[in-house]
Amino acid sequence: MSQIQNKLWAAPRLSMRWWPVFRRNFLVWQKLAIPSLVGNIAEPLMWLVAFGYGLGSLVGQIELGGEKVPYILFLASGSICMSAMNAATFEALYSAFSRMHVQKTWDGIMNAPVRLDDVVLAEMLWAAFKALFTVTAILGVMLALGISHSPKLLVAWPVLLGVGITFSCMALIFNALAKGYDFFTYYFTLFLTPMMFLSGIFFPRDQLPPIVRAIADWLPLSAAVELVRPLFMDRWPEHPLRHALVLVVFSVVSFWIALALTRKRFRS
Amino acid sequence: MTTPLLSVNHLVKRYGDQTVVNDLSFHIEPGECLGVIGPNGAGKTTTIRMCLGLSEPDAGAITYFDGQQMPHDALTIKARLGVVAQMDTLDPDFTAAENLLVFGRYFGLADRVIQERIPQLLEYAALSHKADAKPGQLSGGMKRRLSLARALINAPDLLLLDEPTTGLDPQARHLMWERLQVLLQQGKSILLTTHFMDEAERLCNRLLVLDHGKKIAEGKPRDLIAEHLEPEVVEVFGQGAVALAQEASLKTLAERIEVSGETVFFYTRASQPLLAALQAWPALRTLHRPSNLEDLFLKLTGRQIREDA
Repeated sequence: MSQIQNKLWAAPRLSMRWWPVFRRNFLVWQKLAIPSLVGNIAEPLMWLVAFGYGLGSLVGQIELGGEKVPYILFLASGSICMSAMNAATFEALYSAFSRMHVQKTWDGIMNAPVRLDDVVLAEMLWAAFKALFTVTAILGVMLALGISHSPKLLVAWPVLLGVGITFSCMALIFNALAKGYDFFTYYFTLFLTPMMFLSGIFFPRDQLPPIVRAIADWLPLSAAVELVRPLFMDRWPEHPLRHALVLVVFSVVSFWIALALTRKRFRS
Repeated sequence: MTTPLLSVNHLVKRYGDQTVVNDLSFHIEPGECLGVIGPNGAGKTTTIRMCLGLSEPDAGAITYFDGQQMPHDALTIKARLGVVAQMDTLDPDFTAAENLLVFGRYFGLADRVIQERIPQLLEYAALSHKADAKPGQLSGGMKRRLSLARALINAPDLLLLDEPTTGLDPQARHLMWERLQVLLQQGKSILLTTHFMDEAERLCNRLLVLDHGKKIAEGKPRDLIAEHLEPEVVEVFGQGAVALAQEASLKTLAERIEVSGETVFFYTRASQPLLAALQAWPALRTLHRPSNLEDLFLKLTGRQIREDA
């Protein structure tokens, strides 16, 4: 038994064979890109407009690191991280599950010379790409609305790709465990929604009780916000290494767990 | 003797304390079509899955081509295999032609090479007119043929087909058989599992009969029938037919008598005396025919329905 366990948890065996799998997803997406784009950016923009302008007029300015910033800028810089999280999560849960379980696309692929590890890698990178695409569209709208014109947004862009990678790795764990789509509701209500409120997207984390804050500081979405928000304000993040490390650790550990669980699922 | 394309030696697979494949050995020669038949739960699909490296054997060796071992050399082997699984795994979002293109890319083939092969493969599958149709717009038979065409995109040396005609109507099944015959004439080698004895008899040079994970017979279809069965069968059915099985005058005229439901099967080497004797029961209906693979299959694996069927 332990031998089987060892194999499940063996290091990922990755190669460039993920690329045709990624291209496959890209080809499907090309056919549906415009309608899916509308879906991807409409909701985050509604949040931004409703809360940013509506709530923002009540809140006024928020004090951040000794500087006062308009609430809409505070919210935009946080909610774009949430958008990256949501886009990656949806793709790595619902869409990946459809391909893996419902359409049996993965089974077909593995009859060709492509390893499961590479299929999982392709799905992970694809979900991250979807996140990047969504984030790019939203950034474009934010620029057009004049919410931020910081040149450092160029740096925020790859950081948000990293955020997409982290959350797609995490979502793939739940993809590997799912028996059906309903299961994903647990992940959203038990993990993502609390994280959304604890990570300083809608209000600064120093409003949280100390014990909650101690945990919240180490959440991947907090790390994302800590990295991205200053860039919106044309400043460099404090402790960039620490926050980047949080994202990297969450990504690597989650991918490893997701891979082991997916291997187990396909072993049957 | 030529080197087999695939040779399986003393394969064992257990799930918990249940042994689903038990010391199974077989091989496929180049140009051969080997059929694996057996009731549900006999271990056919598990064997195919192990041959594809999707499931790991608990013991035994699976050797392909020039000595490559599954699962160790899985990618090298799969580059030379064509697979049609029991369930279609076609991409519903792609047209028939795109399905072939995308699948060819998994083999690392250049788009130029794949594009050259697509028209030939669609023509082979009798789907040239459906190149731009998505799988949802194709009939069951067309989908299976597209799956077969897809399995040929890498010009494989060996095809593994898991129940390629299950669920098809007779027309579609015959077209599929005819397409597979074409492949065999071209010298391709095929391993196929099937529930259809006429399919096995028509396509396969050699058969492997599995039951409870064990090989219970192996050989050419005609040889197997000759070895295990009397050449003729007289089926008798109708009101009171079952009582004939106990009829002393008939018992001496048949080598073997079987009862299934309301039908009595008389297996015999010389049917004329038996048929003459049956004239005494004009109300009963009789069917006189040569014994076939189905009789063999039922003799070897029994008539009862399998619990996991």
